[in-house]
Amino acid sequence: MKAAVLLFPGSNREGDVAHALKTVTGTQLAIVWHAETELPAGTDLVVLPGGFSYGDYLRCGAIAARAAIMEAVRAHAARGGLVLGICNGFQILCESGLLPGVLVRNARLRFICREALLKVERNDTPFTRRYGKGAVVRFPVAHGEGNYTADAETLARLEGDGRVVFRYVMADGKRDDTQVLNGAANSIAGIVSEKLNVLGLMPHPENHVDPLIGPTDGRALFESIAGMLEKA
Amino acid sequence: MITPELVAEHGLKPDEYERILKLIGREPSFTELGIFSAMWNEHCSYKSSRLHLRGLPTKAPWVIQGPGENAGVIDIGDGLAAVFKMESHNHPSYIEPYQGAGTGVGGILRDVFTMGARPIAALNALRFGDPAHPRTKHLVAGVVAGIGGYGNSFGVPTVGGLVGFHTRYDGNCLVNAMAVGLADADKIFYAKATGVGLPVVYLGSKTGRDGIHGASMASAEFGEGAEEKRPTVQVGDPFAEKLLLEACLEIMEAGCVVAIQDMGAAGLTCSAVEMGAKGDLGIELDLDKLPCREAGMSAYEMMLSESQERMLMVIAPGKEEQAEAIFRKWGLDFAIVGHTTDNLRFVVKHKGEVKADLPIKELGDEAPLYHRPWVETPKQQRIDPASLEITATIPGALERLIGSPDFASKRWIWEQYDHLILNNTVQRPGGDAAVVRVQDGPKGLAMACDVTPRYCEADPFEGGKQAVAEVWRNITAVGATPLALTDNLNFGNPEKPEIMGQLVGCLRGIGAAAKDLDFPVVSGNVSLYNETNGRGILPTPTIGGVGVLADIEKMATLAFKDSGEIILVVGETTGWLGQSAFLSEILDREEGAPPPVDLAVERKHGDFVRELIADGLVTAVHDVSDGGLLVALAEMAMASGIGASLLAPPADVNPHAFWFGEDQARYLVTVTGGEKATVFKRAESAGVPIAKLGSTGGDKLTIPGERPIVIDALRERSESWLPIYMGAGMM
Repeated sequence: MKAAVLLFPGSNREGDVAHALKTVTGTQLAIVWHAETELPAGTDLVVLPGGFSYGDYLRCGAIAARAAIMEAVRAHAARGGLVLGICNGFQILCESGLLPGVLVRNARLRFICREALLKVERNDTPFTRRYGKGAVVRFPVAHGEGNYTADAETLARLEGDGRVVFRYVMADGKRDDTQVLNGAANSIAGIVSEKLNVLGLMPHPENHVDPLIGPTDGRALFESIAGMLEKA
Repeated sequence: MITPELVAEHGLKPDEYERILKLIGREPSFTELGIFSAMWNEHCSYKSSRLHLRGLPTKAPWVIQGPGENAGVIDIGDGLAAVFKMESHNHPSYIEPYQGAGTGVGGILRDVFTMGARPIAALNALRFGDPAHPRTKHLVAGVVAGIGGYGNSFGVPTVGGLVGFHTRYDGNCLVNAMAVGLADADKIFYAKATGVGLPVVYLGSKTGRDGIHGASMASAEFGEGAEEKRPTVQVGDPFAEKLLLEACLEIMEAGCVVAIQDMGAAGLTCSAVEMGAKGDLGIELDLDKLPCREAGMSAYEMMLSESQERMLMVIAPGKEEQAEAIFRKWGLDFAIVGHTTDNLRFVVKHKGEVKADLPIKELGDEAPLYHRPWVETPKQQRIDPASLEITATIPGALERLIGSPDFASKRWIWEQYDHLILNNTVQRPGGDAAVVRVQDGPKGLAMACDVTPRYCEADPFEGGKQAVAEVWRNITAVGATPLALTDNLNFGNPEKPEIMGQLVGCLRGIGAAAKDLDFPVVSGNVSLYNETNGRGILPTPTIGGVGVLADIEKMATLAFKDSGEIILVVGETTGWLGQSAFLSEILDREEGAPPPVDLAVERKHGDFVRELIADGLVTAVHDVSDGGLLVALAEMAMASGIGASLLAPPADVNPHAFWFGEDQARYLVTVTGGEKATVFKRAESAGVPIAKLGSTGGDKLTIPGERPIVIDALRERSESWLPIYMGAGMM
């Protein structure tokens, strides 16, 4: 597998996701500057890392969504190539139209860094094959604007198509939209595109891959991607 | 032209102005007066403290750079160095908490990466007024959001710190920010310029009118109307700082940099003078080349602006183009604004006029140095527990302490800080020390900050010693070897002999402990005039320490690990209640002599515990500090959900004093039944007092003859105080 991790001014978790990709999958990866117009030849996976691209000025992800490299990312996604956007990456994917909806300020207006419990709603996507369906996993969140929202029609379509892949749940494994940590509609933490090849999520699987640091529930996400591409 | 009123407005005393006249032999220009006020204020010149700072031990074989540079540097082995410092941003944070605290974080991060290190962790020590004071909640919300807003965006994990409340900080909160960076030990960058005729380059954000006289403001007391000083507070842009970090590290790697100095307090003035003076060179600046945010700025404004995220460098000959290309790539300003000279003058030109022409060395070296009169703080008597009227039960007192502002969980705060970014946080907030993995391991850096201001006020010498010993103990309790410290000395008005006495006493205590514990001072910051309407803060010399852990897999944590383990206390318990949290919180009395620190004993006990950890003989470790044994036990229980059955205290010690006394040099450890004999044998041969306190198990803390204390309920008390106080509900 060949992965490309995009680097925008203000990205700051590119090292974390590069480390996770390397240690979990042993993959080759390139760091690609936002001003480039092409992805390295043979790129299988594009990662939009977490951070504060362009300082989150204007709106989170809004300026990065218009960066030169994003044309190449759109073309890659249109070809069915895999795209993973984490945190600020998810915000950029929404702003660039690759995923529907938008991430607004957390309901309590504060940044939150804590471990979150997530339900894996489906395990037939390229990103979740190594999880059990309905498994509850633990990834940390670290965001001020992770409150997913969309109009009622879009939400209904996402739910109807089963495109919600990760959902915040409570300690009992059940969803409670009134208590969700950032106020996200339908407790949505992560969604996929129609063709299942573009995933955006707010929590950070890349920070839970190493037993010395914490839980290792994030590993299976990277293993799923690697396994998927090996098979292909 | 220069009137006595103008001199006074610049914070210069009449005799200081006389000194200027004598030094330059003429009346200074307006710009020159501004330059002197920037260089000679307390914040930049250390004129009240310098004399006493000289007594601090600053050397050890592992110290690469001690005080005097942007940050201290220590060798941590494997060709790597840790670069760190703590600095205050108290006055700005009180005036404008979000920007004040945020730029405090920005300033200390810049100090670290100016030396060529990538920041890997941030900590902060915060002191607020009485929670009931009308301004406190606003300050907590703003300061915490400001620290998070800056650090989170910049991308450094904020891994630890402390938060305390006391009415003596009502009009003057403290924000002490610490940053730790990692560099190759042979690639440290310094401010000292070398070479005549080399370009002096300005990098980073543009210069605006913010923060003019920030350093002078930070060197004065507050009266009514402190809020009117808001324009002197700088405005931070963490995004620009992140770009500046990447660009600086890139041009350092490319070999472009001869000397580098960030523009912090007193901005362009201080950075240019330091680069020249340290290298025995003159500097000539052409302000027409300065990137400005606003049109029509005067030379005076440009020299005194404290706009953030700016750097000054001397670039290696022939490397200008390469350096400029790197800065342009990151979208930052790059301008050659002057050059080095051989005449030892600091010359500032603007629009064809010479605005300043001053002797560069004397600007720093000839700053006033005061032998301020000081008086020793009167000693207080040891408190005899038998003399106290105690009505609270032991469980009742524990519950009140755990739910009190100083002890209650600070989760509401540290969850607003990204403490996981960079993927190396091995010990998260809430432990004795934070631990961050170094590169791919197995080595880790342990870091902590602490001080007990009540002790410092009652006995500055013992309080200063205790602050150092406490940090040393925090680092030891995770299994690391403490290597060096940074001190952030927060005091009131040094022109008052009692306050000066606190400063002198604390510094002597810090020096004594740093020496005896081989824990040298490598960087620091002094913040004086922390007074409002004539009332000073508690003397607060915050100590930040860094230690190295050879193998993070052997790191200790404070949570009980299993039921049926034996709880031991290392060190002697005499029941010292003077200046204790129990006395203050439960009996509303802040009196008596604080617990004395025997440094030889401290060292012996710490070394003993560290060896137990390294040899895998203990399962949990927690240092015993304010609140005493029972608070420490409760913290171990709450962290794990496992309770403990405790033994009755020895008959010759008052039970309240036994459980809540604050004798020093103590640790709690747990051992399995199989290791108990080994640990006791080791203690005996090392001459370390050790005693069984009880054993782990169940979901309560039980003490013979007392009502059982339910751990879940205790945790609920601990976790709920701050969210309820901040009006945030339980989320």
